[in-house]
Amino acid sequence: MSEPSARPWDGARGVARVGTSRVSLGIDRIRCDGRGYCAELLPEMIRLDDWGYPIVSSERVPDHLLDHARRAVAACPLLAIRLAADGRSR
Amino acid sequence: MSLTPLLDGPDLREGAEPAARHLARLGPSLLSGPELIDALDQSDLRGRGGAGFPVGRKWRSVAGRQGPRALIANGAEGEPLSFKDRLLMQARPHLVLDGAVLAAGAVGAEQIVLYIGREHSAAADAMLHALAERPATERARIRISRAPVAYVSGEETAAVQFVNRGVALPMSVPPRPFEAGVGGRPTLVQNVESLAAAALIARRGGAWYRSSGTLLVTVTGAVARPGVVETPLGTPVAEVVERAGGHPGSVQALLLGGYFGGWVAADEAWDLPLHPERLRGTGHALGCGVVAPLPADRCGVAETARIVSYLAGQSAGQCGPCVFGLGAIAETLRRIAVGRSRPDDLARLDRWSAELPGRGACRHPDGGAGLVRSALGVFADDFAHHLARRGCAAARPLTAGVA
Repeated sequence: MSEPSARPWDGARGVARVGTSRVSLGIDRIRCDGRGYCAELLPEMIRLDDWGYPIVSSERVPDHLLDHARRAVAACPLLAIRLAADGRSR
Repeated sequence: MSLTPLLDGPDLREGAEPAARHLARLGPSLLSGPELIDALDQSDLRGRGGAGFPVGRKWRSVAGRQGPRALIANGAEGEPLSFKDRLLMQARPHLVLDGAVLAAGAVGAEQIVLYIGREHSAAADAMLHALAERPATERARIRISRAPVAYVSGEETAAVQFVNRGVALPMSVPPRPFEAGVGGRPTLVQNVESLAAAALIARRGGAWYRSSGTLLVTVTGAVARPGVVETPLGTPVAEVVERAGGHPGSVQALLLGGYFGGWVAADEAWDLPLHPERLRGTGHALGCGVVAPLPADRCGVAETARIVSYLAGQSAGQCGPCVFGLGAIAETLRRIAVGRSRPDDLARLDRWSAELPGRGACRHPDGGAGLVRSALGVFADDFAHHLARRGCAAARPLTAGVA
């Protein structure tokens, strides 16, 4: 699990927009407990509401953010976030 | 042909129509299996539980799966303003059973569960008695399950989970019931009115339904004779309100579609067609078919606060955005309604209700948020009044000028 405070990629993100993957982010809302790691790791696509629960972009994950998205998925202590093929996530 | 095919037959006050009379009146089904699914596609029948999903497509999604399948006939009817499902089960149980058996045959379901709201005793009794009149081969496949009294009990994953393990709480999707439902089997969850309509389509065809189909509408609120009205698809809202005895006094707004629906200003509402697709085209939703004029002496803000408070209390409590978001919206509405608003309350309501949809395992938060958004538009003046005057105006007649 990666530390949310360690973000070596800060500053280098959102620059190169080359392509778009076929996956999007989905949250299992029953599992999600609002820990907030995902929004720390992928702020381009995830922000938190007033109670700390994620508001996730429904767009496909751009290629240049895929690694970060995978890290956000891996970091969730509740395994509540996933990358899924189009139409298979909410 | 009759204008009320769903509720035709003996006087409704006589109770359930017996099997022999039902069969003599309607005759046997002519279509079944894939032919019936084709006819459903042609009919453009939409689910009558609230979501309005095309019924033919839903059946096809289950029919195309492998292995044993199941069917839940959904008569939970947890919406407090809706009475049409229980009336249908009480009065025409065999039409519902016909639909369930036809659906099971068409999608390949061996097992049929009649899922009936625990508070709907008369409906459950009627279905139980009707079941006793059916052939033994049918009876062996059908059982009755009583849905707990809660708004979310009728949500399709909640129905599945109740049948599976006695807990009527929505589940995360995927898998959806058509993929894995009762006992892990692909399961069709279909509202009882939809099933009854399918049983008529099996006799009269898809083209007949498209031109002459009807729906059951619960007309309640400020009308002289609240009740269930069967009416042709596309009937204007004003006409069903007239058939319920009309509204005494003036009406500023109507609730369309139940607690999951939305407020519509009366001027706009009267001409709206009660038709799933055409109504959607106007930006409104038929939902489960509730039409409720707001009594002239009630305040739209207070009424919305009451409904959203109910919905917040009915959250299954599983998903953070629903628990906290709906809860906070309800609290804010109550505070505004009693004239104790805080600065930025309106902006918060606007933002929270925009952020909620799509952020629960089920659509419960979406429903509450949609209702609030419609209220912010339709009752904009009333919100302004409450926010500015800070006095309790809950009893202020909606139609009165500035007091």
